[in-house]
Amino acid sequence: MSASILELDLRALSGALAAREVSSREATAAALERIRATDGQVGAFLRVTAEQARAAAAAADERAARGARLSPLDGVPLAVKDIFLTEGVETTAGSRILEGYLPPYDAAVVERLRAAGAVLLGKLNMDEFAMGSSNENSAYGPCRNPWDLARTPGGSSGGSAAALAARQAWGTLGTDTGGSIREPAAFCGVVGLKPTYGRVSRYGVIAFASSLDQPGPLARTVADTALLLQAVAGHDERDMTSSARPVDDYLAGLEGGARGLRIGVPREWLAGGLDAGVEVRVREALRRYERMGATLVEVSLPHSRYGIAAYYLIAPAEASSNLARYDGVRFGLRAPARGLREMYQQTRARGFGAEPKRRIMLGTYALSAGYYDAYYLRAQKVRTLVRRDFDEAFTRCDVVAGPVAPTVAFRLGEKVEDPLQMYLADVFTITANLAALPGLSVPCGLHPEQGLPVGLQLVGRPFDEATLLRAARALEREQGPLPPPPGVA
Amino acid sequence: MLSLEEVRRIAALARLELSPAEETLFAGQLSAILDYVKQLEALDVSGVEPMTHALAAGDAPPLRADEVRPGLPADRALAAAPARAGTSFQVPRIIE
Repeated sequence: MSASILELDLRALSGALAAREVSSREATAAALERIRATDGQVGAFLRVTAEQARAAAAAADERAARGARLSPLDGVPLAVKDIFLTEGVETTAGSRILEGYLPPYDAAVVERLRAAGAVLLGKLNMDEFAMGSSNENSAYGPCRNPWDLARTPGGSSGGSAAALAARQAWGTLGTDTGGSIREPAAFCGVVGLKPTYGRVSRYGVIAFASSLDQPGPLARTVADTALLLQAVAGHDERDMTSSARPVDDYLAGLEGGARGLRIGVPREWLAGGLDAGVEVRVREALRRYERMGATLVEVSLPHSRYGIAAYYLIAPAEASSNLARYDGVRFGLRAPARGLREMYQQTRARGFGAEPKRRIMLGTYALSAGYYDAYYLRAQKVRTLVRRDFDEAFTRCDVVAGPVAPTVAFRLGEKVEDPLQMYLADVFTITANLAALPGLSVPCGLHPEQGLPVGLQLVGRPFDEATLLRAARALEREQGPLPPPPGVA
Repeated sequence: MLSLEEVRRIAALARLELSPAEETLFAGQLSAILDYVKQLEALDVSGVEPMTHALAAGDAPPLRADEVRPGLPADRALAAAPARAGTSFQVPRIIE
C-alpha cells in the first residue's frame, strides 16, 4: 500500500483521505519511510520532524473520523524550505551562523499550513540564505537531483524540488528571489510558482532581498500547486508588503483550457544563448498551445538583458542590509572576542559561507559613499524599465512564455568556481522578480539528448496567478506526466 | 579591478574579517561582477523614476490602527541569545 500511496498526487491523496480510504498516519509513515530510504542519496531534508509529523497525522485522522477535516490539505504530508521559521524546530537557512537556532514563532505560511491541518515532515535543504542556483551553497552539504544524482537539483529551493521528484512529500514551499522556486522546479521536473510580490506573506521568512523575496508552492501537478497557493495566499498585517487584494479561487477555472489565450513570446528569450534541446522543448510547448486554440504573439522585452546586472546590484544591496542582523548579539553564532567590533567581525567571518560574504561585500560596495547613484539608484531605474517592458507586453497578451533556464540541470561542481556563470543561470527568471510579477515553471518534456526535465516558464499580470495556473494545466493535460525520475529507485 | 585595499575597506564597513586568501579571491570575483554590471551604464535612464516599491501603490494594504499590541515576551525573545543578563542581551564591553 505504501508504495502506491506515494504515487498518488496531492489532490488524489486528499480525496483518499476525505473518503477515509487512506489514513494520514499511513501516508505519513509512507513518506517517512521513503525519506529514510532515499534521502541519504538525495539530501533534500536538513531535518525530519518525524514525531511531530506522526502526532499531526493522528490528529488529522481523528478529525477525518469525525467528518471535521479542516481543508483539502488536512492530513497531507508536506515539507518547507529551511528559510521558514518553525517554532521550536531548528531553522538555519542553510547557514552555520544559525546552527541550532530555535525560532520563537512560526512563519505566517507555516501557521496557515498548520491551520489547514497539514502534516509537516521537516525542513528542506537550500543554498545558504537562498543565495545560489544549485543548492551547492548549503553549509550542510549539497542536495542532489533525483533525475541524475551527479547533477544539482537547482537552487536555491533545491530541497523543495528534489523532495517532490523523489516522492518524499506531496507538496513543498520554497522562496523565489531571482528564480529560486522556478529553476529547481524545472530541473527536477515538478511545478513551481513564484506568486506576485505581496500575494504571500513574508512574515517569518528569513530575509534575503526584501523587495524581491516571495514564498510560493512547488508540487508534482498544477492542481496541487493551486491547492497549496490557495492555502497560503492572502493578506497578513504583519507583513507591510502583503497585499489586501482578495485571493482568487485558483481551482475554479483551472480546467478552462488554453483556447483564446494570447501567449506572448519574447523575441529576446529565444534569441540565442539557449541550449538547443531546451529550445526544442520550449518551441514544442508553444506549438501545443497553438493547437489547443491559443494565439502566439511576438512581444519584446528589450530590457530583460539588463536584468542580471540590475539584480546583482539590488539583491546584494538589500542582502548586505538584511544580513547585518547576524552579529552574534541576539541569536545564532557568537565567536569569542575581547571587544564588540571583534565579536561582530569574527562571528560573521566564521558563520557565513563564501556566497553570503561575496554578496555582502558587493552590496556594501554598491551602497557605499560615492557609488550609490552609479550602482544602486541606476539599477532601481532599470528595474522600472524592466517592469514597463512587461506592462507593454501585457497590452497584447495574457501571459508571457519562454524557457525557465538556459540549460537542463548541470553537474555538481560545474559552476562553483565562477560565481558570475552561476548567476547567469537565472537570466530568464530574474526579470519576474524585478518586475514583481507572478511566474510559474511547468514541465514541458525531457531534453532530447540528455533525458532531463525542461521547464516552460509562464509570467503573468500582477495577481493573475489564476491565468498562469490555467495555462499551465492546459499544457500538462495535453502532454501527460513525465516518467518517474530514474536516479532514485 | 578592485585593489586589496578597497576590499579591506569594504570588509571593514561590512564587519567581515577576511583571510588574506579571501581578500585575493574576492578582489578578482567582485571585479568580474562589477565589470559585468557596468553594462547598465549604456542605458539612458534620464527621466526614469527608480522602482522604490515592489508593490504598486494601489495594492498596498491600508495601515492598521496605531494601537499598542503585545509583542514577543522578553523570555522568548531572549531564548536564543548567546548571552543574556536578566532581561537584556549581554555583549562584550563597548567602551574601552
